[in-house]
Amino acid sequence: MAFEKMELREVEVWDGNFAAAQALRQAQVDVVAAYPITPSTPIVEGYAQFTADGYVEGEFVMVESEHAAMSACIGAAAAGGRVATATSSQGLALMSETLYQASGMRLPIVLNLVNRALAAPLNVNGDHSDMYMVRDSGWIQFDAFCPQEAYDLNLIAFKVSEDHDVRLPAIVNQDGFMTSHTAQGVKPLSDDAAYAFVGEYKPMNDMLDFEHPVTHGVQTEEDWHFEHKARQHNDLMTKVTPKIEAAFTEFEKLTGRKYNIIEKYDMDDADVCVVCLGTSVETAREVAKEMRADGIKAGVIGLRVIRPYPFFAIADALKNIKAIATLDRSSPNGAAGMLFNEIAGSLFNTDTKALLSGYIYGLGGRDLTKAHLVALFKELQANADAGKVLTPLQQFIGVRGPKLAFL
Amino acid sequence: MAKKGWDEFEIGAMLRTFDGKIDNIAATRQENRNYSDNSSYTASVADWRLIKPVFNKDYCIDCQFCWIYCPDVSIISRDQKLIGVDMDHCKGCGICVEVCPTNPKSLLMFPEQTDEESAIANWPKKDDKEA
Repeated sequence: MAFEKMELREVEVWDGNFAAAQALRQAQVDVVAAYPITPSTPIVEGYAQFTADGYVEGEFVMVESEHAAMSACIGAAAAGGRVATATSSQGLALMSETLYQASGMRLPIVLNLVNRALAAPLNVNGDHSDMYMVRDSGWIQFDAFCPQEAYDLNLIAFKVSEDHDVRLPAIVNQDGFMTSHTAQGVKPLSDDAAYAFVGEYKPMNDMLDFEHPVTHGVQTEEDWHFEHKARQHNDLMTKVTPKIEAAFTEFEKLTGRKYNIIEKYDMDDADVCVVCLGTSVETAREVAKEMRADGIKAGVIGLRVIRPYPFFAIADALKNIKAIATLDRSSPNGAAGMLFNEIAGSLFNTDTKALLSGYIYGLGGRDLTKAHLVALFKELQANADAGKVLTPLQQFIGVRGPKLAFL
Repeated sequence: MAKKGWDEFEIGAMLRTFDGKIDNIAATRQENRNYSDNSSYTASVADWRLIKPVFNKDYCIDCQFCWIYCPDVSIISRDQKLIGVDMDHCKGCGICVEVCPTNPKSLLMFPEQTDEESAIANWPKKDDKEA
């Protein structure tokens, strides 16, 4: 290979952005087309630096917007290369039209989405409104709760996304600043081990196969469009989850780090639990442990994979829980909340008597403190004891002013 | 093209131009290529044309300008001689007429329903002012 390898220590001190950039380097991504936006910029900046310094045999393409960034990624992926980029918030919003092109064209692109609030008011800090905005775009969505997971899930994302039975693009989410700019100990693989895990890129229907010319991005009307969308949905519903589970198993054998479609903490005997995403999972885990000293059997569920949504796995994990709280870090703007709705849907036709209540928190990077979660677990225990939800079904945590609650 | 079910075609918004592998395609004339049913070569994609080019070989000097400029590769040229227009693919844009350097022009636009023989019979004479 014509590029330099990098000697890494057993434990490196990396923030989530640098961890993702290192994964892009080790996967030897052929093309990164990107437009910078806080807080995701250091990922593509890192890849550009590695490329300039001879550590990657690839191309960094500077473009004029995020729409152009994903468009260039689509072109490069259709041509037959391993492709990745990164963005956040408004950048993702501008990219959104092309996200549907990428998934519909079945192009395995990895997008690092460093979660950030959507304006207005303008805000660079972390919440999950960008993640939620594109949840129906046909991309696989992973969620990392810390820098180590941002690194690991990037390698896993390439492996799953590029599988010829999958061929769907994948988003790796991490919390803006809380993960992206927080340096922690990260245990990387060696360059050779990481590349061997991801594997050589195997092109499929690539435009550079001159012996088999293809037209990508064709137009279909009412006579074909539905069949294409149905095929894509079928593959998301039936083919992706087994491939993710297989990749998780292989990754565990290699590293000892075990990932699951849904991450369960202290759930075996739990009476009450919270379901959340991102760094909040780690805070909630710590509080749940402490609640047990107060006699509250608390557990936590974090969604490792948001799409395809683990419909039955969630129902199974929650089947013996008495009171459940969903924590949505995005303004539902006139509805109950994504996690609330999805989990209500999972539970509806089951025998569960679980009580479900939703909480909106952390918008624009507002902290979710341990004190918030202690109060929340106590509310859940009170619900469980009373056998009914004693609070409104939608409450706001951490917002100033009179208590805000609906439903 | 047969209307297949959702599980019966290749994934992606993707179509193959040829059936099977191709070799030395640039040196193979269109009529000899193994185009697939999915290729627009085998289908008429000219149904929105309102005006059409008519070719009058009496004035053509085989300069190939029209062949070079046609955006739909619809000028048929063989052995460097213009032999006609591919009316299944021509959209009637008129660029071939615009670039034709002869006097009178060897290609002119006519309404779609115009009979070709009468168009040629009534071809304009040489424009002396232009010369």
